[in-house]
Amino acid sequence: MYDAPHTAEMKVNQKEIKFDCRDCQVYYGDTHAIKDVSVQIEDKTVTAFIGPSGCGKSTFLRCLNRMNDTIDVARVEGSFLLDGENIYDKKVDPVQLRAKVGMVFQKPNPFPKSIYDNIAYGPRIHGLAKNKTDLDDIVERSLRRGAIWDEVKDRLHASGTGLSGGQQQRLCIARAIATEPEVLLMDEPCSALDPIATGQVEELIDELRESYSVVIVTHSMQQAARVSQKTAFFHLGNLVEYGETGQIFTNPVDPRTESYITGRIG
Amino acid sequence: MPIFWLFLIVLAIAAVGFVIGRQRALQSAGGDSRGLHSLPGYYGWNVALKAMVPAFGLMVVWLLVQPIYVSSTVSGMIPESAIAEGSSMGLVMAEVRRAAEGLDSAVAAGAITEDFARNARADVADVTQRLKDAGQIVTSQITQPVLRAAQEYRILNNTGNLVMSGLVIAIALAGALYALRETNAVFRARNVVEQGVRALLIAAASIAVLTTLGIVLSLVFNTIEFFRLYPASEFFFGLNWAPSFSGRGGASDLGILPLLWGTLYISIVALLVAVPIGLFAAIYLSEYASRRLRAVAKPAIEVLAGIPTIVYGLFALLTVGPLLMEVFGKEGLGWMQSGTSVMTAGLVMGIMLIPFVSSLSDDIINAVPQAMRDGSYGLGATQSETIRQVVLPAALPGIVGAILLAASRAIGETMIVVLGAGAAARLDLNPFEAMTTVTAKIVSQLTGDADFASPEALVAFALGMTLFVITLGLNIFALYIVRKYREQYE
Amino acid sequence: MTDASINNAAPGRRPGSLLSADVRTAKRNAAEKRFRAYGLTAMLIGLFFLVVLFVTIVRSGAPAFTRTVVDVEFTLTQEQFDAAESELFKTKAYSNLFISELDARLEQDGLDLDFDEAAIERLLGKVGGTLREHYRANPGDLGQPVQFELAASSRVDGYFKGRVTRDTLQDSRFLQASDLDLVDALEEAGIMKQAFNWTFITGADSGVDNPGGAGIGASVVGSFFMMLVVLFLSLPIGVAASIYLEEFAPQNRFTDLIEVNISNLAAVPSIVFGILGLAVFIQFMHLPQSAPLVGGLVLTLMTLPTIIISTRASLKSVPPSIRDAALGVGASKMQAVFHHVLPLAMPGILTGTIIGLAQALGETAPLLLIGMVGFVARGYPDGFLAGFTEPNSAMPAQIYTWAARADVSFYEKAWGGIIILLAFLLTMNIIAIILRRRFERRW
Repeated sequence: MYDAPHTAEMKVNQKEIKFDCRDCQVYYGDTHAIKDVSVQIEDKTVTAFIGPSGCGKSTFLRCLNRMNDTIDVARVEGSFLLDGENIYDKKVDPVQLRAKVGMVFQKPNPFPKSIYDNIAYGPRIHGLAKNKTDLDDIVERSLRRGAIWDEVKDRLHASGTGLSGGQQQRLCIARAIATEPEVLLMDEPCSALDPIATGQVEELIDELRESYSVVIVTHSMQQAARVSQKTAFFHLGNLVEYGETGQIFTNPVDPRTESYITGRIG
Repeated sequence: MPIFWLFLIVLAIAAVGFVIGRQRALQSAGGDSRGLHSLPGYYGWNVALKAMVPAFGLMVVWLLVQPIYVSSTVSGMIPESAIAEGSSMGLVMAEVRRAAEGLDSAVAAGAITEDFARNARADVADVTQRLKDAGQIVTSQITQPVLRAAQEYRILNNTGNLVMSGLVIAIALAGALYALRETNAVFRARNVVEQGVRALLIAAASIAVLTTLGIVLSLVFNTIEFFRLYPASEFFFGLNWAPSFSGRGGASDLGILPLLWGTLYISIVALLVAVPIGLFAAIYLSEYASRRLRAVAKPAIEVLAGIPTIVYGLFALLTVGPLLMEVFGKEGLGWMQSGTSVMTAGLVMGIMLIPFVSSLSDDIINAVPQAMRDGSYGLGATQSETIRQVVLPAALPGIVGAILLAASRAIGETMIVVLGAGAAARLDLNPFEAMTTVTAKIVSQLTGDADFASPEALVAFALGMTLFVITLGLNIFALYIVRKYREQYE
Repeated sequence: MTDASINNAAPGRRPGSLLSADVRTAKRNAAEKRFRAYGLTAMLIGLFFLVVLFVTIVRSGAPAFTRTVVDVEFTLTQEQFDAAESELFKTKAYSNLFISELDARLEQDGLDLDFDEAAIERLLGKVGGTLREHYRANPGDLGQPVQFELAASSRVDGYFKGRVTRDTLQDSRFLQASDLDLVDALEEAGIMKQAFNWTFITGADSGVDNPGGAGIGASVVGSFFMMLVVLFLSLPIGVAASIYLEEFAPQNRFTDLIEVNISNLAAVPSIVFGILGLAVFIQFMHLPQSAPLVGGLVLTLMTLPTIIISTRASLKSVPPSIRDAALGVGASKMQAVFHHVLPLAMPGILTGTIIGLAQALGETAPLLLIGMVGFVARGYPDGFLAGFTEPNSAMPAQIYTWAARADVSFYEKAWGGIIILLAFLLTMNIIAIILRRRFERRW
């Protein structure tokens, strides 16, 4: 399935595999939403999932931190190994898993609390801070890494819902970072934002790559090309092609990928 | 029942008008309904509406104004000197009305003739005797001026009714004739009828306003009357509630504070029962329960809200009270004197309020967007952490609104406290002591033997006013909070 | 963001396998379980109360539907009749005849007991009078066996139902311990037994001293007339008001005023409506006191907000495309509403109305204020129109009156009344549910 050129293979091997997913199936009731997907996601890399609407990319993303557990009718099969451990093992507590695999959603969803409390929420529930100063440090660090510190440092106790859309999304990213995850999942994080805010978030994603494995679902092929190193193309629940972003966009192997990229399907 | 017949007569005029109007319209178009501006039925309705609406309007206004006019005329006939010490104009007027009713029934029963009942020179003793013979209840309060007034009262009312009947029928006929005259093929009957229907719709919608007005006016006038007889400061700040049962004149202590305290205490107990149970049940049902359990348990709990309050009252009096007595009464801990107590009424009222709190909270919890929950789960929060730290704070204003609405329910609840709380007004802290509430005292003051014009009865209106103001305030505040909260997510 | 971020990437990261829960997670999961248990407990408490309530009602109310009777076949010949009629104390003569008949019957079963007329009177009331009245009214029954079902006194009834026991009984002029032997004997002979209490269903309220004769029939009729008034006033007015507010009302102060009024009226305590009824309908307009007409008017005002709110919801649920379609073929706004929107919304409106009526049917407090208390329900009204104006009570008010009486025998009647009241409410709600299921449309 990954018939990537030799050069790309080399680079892939240079980095550690964070997520190793094999033969994954997802069913929504009677609908077979994800069919036989196998993919290896690397650490310290931005991986983009692209594909037409309803192709299953978001569904697959939500499998990676078991967010599908909250949907009654969803059923997941196959093996998802995070650092060699199957996250769907009976002994795994999804709560613990989600602390390691953070998520940022399509629509900015700050809690109706202050900015400070929004960030401090994760560290508090996971007990990451020893005391108040420690928590203050975590909040500041997270906001700095979320590239929003300068904008909000004077109003940490104002409501998070009062920020602009772009600020809210960066706040949500900072909130996800605050729990110190190893993988960061982003479900179309820029779809609700204007171009300027999108630019800021994309810049931020690029910086996050240095410490995390980032998986981003996006509708925009330009965005995938701009921010990701690896790209996976989904179509009708199948993983059609997976490889280096440059290669996918310039020289796709599968005709379906080419059709999508050139705008004929989608 | 002459008013009923009058009603039927007007309806009949309207029905006949409908048929004639329709035919006339058809005739004017030469029998071809296509030549008419509107469908033939509209011409009929035009006639019917013009016959009915003004006639019924006059009838309603007349029925409202006549009693005022008659009362003021008749009360003018009673000299100041006829009002006994410790009595009031209201009491005398009540007597006049009673005497008039006695005369009416006696005439209807054939015990006395109409002429005799009207005889202005009739002697009090004679009339009283004949009334007694006719089996009418006659009090010693009837004096010559009262009798005269009663006779006048009857005459005025009879004439009034007669004139009204004549006028109403005349207006109905006039309306019908007017509408018939304007009926012809080019007349825009549909537009006119639709205007009329629209006016009727507005009138129906205005009834809500009229009801509120009626409540406020009936409370305000009687409350003012009460404060004339009893000082307002003693009512609002009095620590003692002890109405005299002898009826008029006797010194009554009518302080509202013990009643307010009882109301408040019972409501607090009720909320302490209902809020935790209702809230947790709502949380469980909306966040944890499987779809099937929810489909069964939610309506089952809501059945509690559909049970009439009298059932809860009986449950308090006959089941919960004796049960509490076994544990806390003389046989048990000795804290309780009788089965009726703050605890009894509060517990049962709490049960009644559980579905109220739970279904309101359920709606509000469900209104918190799923994105909030996803955000929290995505950070690795457990379900209970999500509920306690994200969902509940987000839903808090709404839940506070729901609790306030429940509180206003508790304060206004009557039957449970009438049967379960006891009758003695007390300022006490022991929840196992019998206390009483504003609503319970409204019932007892207005269903007793006290005359409507005595302070003992009028105090109920002042109590009602207090109750109305408190619950209205709570409701407005609660609705404001709930509305504000809804806007947040829209 | 600085370059240093590469190095400080993981100060808070905790190593460790996902497969074993760490201490903190275990603790959090325990808290989760506890929280869930609180929720479940709360829900179960709610359901428990419901069950307790219904068990109490059924257990306490069921005895109201039975009563203790003496079921005896009795034959009176023409000669006995003539002889009794010629006596000075005529009813005593009948009593004696009855007693000797009863005595003979008991002896047949080998039960020999001494009892006198006083004992029979304590058990069954004035039997002689009842017999005499029967034979005087039906002379044809003379010489033929007639089946008599005579109601036992409320104390004997209480003995049968366990309310009165031999231990708690104190000799009084109403019942003596020795009478209970007679009661036992009569029961053994199959003469005294439990029978269905039709009086309770069809009768009117009895005096304070006669719990056995109390029935709820008259107040059911009172409730019925009230509901007629409520239905025929609140349905048209409520629908008209809703149509105006939902379809025609412009956005202005007056509309706002009406809306605020409706939402506030829905939450005004019912007792305040009672005060309104007392002050406006009785004191001011001098409508008759205790009349179902007045009760109906008060309940109409009380139910209107409920009906308006549910009617508006069902009007709102008819999609605007229906209105557009009607307007598009040249119907006026009024025609669009009355020909299309209203019929489509009708099932919802009826459901809301039935639920509003059910609420009104169970309401007590305002009725007490306008004088519709239980003891005025002494009989059935004389005709249809009189049903609206003659003093009567309503079911919940009748129940209240019984509950407030000192004699505990009335409590059983009160519970029994509740069973009947709830049966009516249940029927109404089931009709509402069926209507909703049957006609509900999803757009």
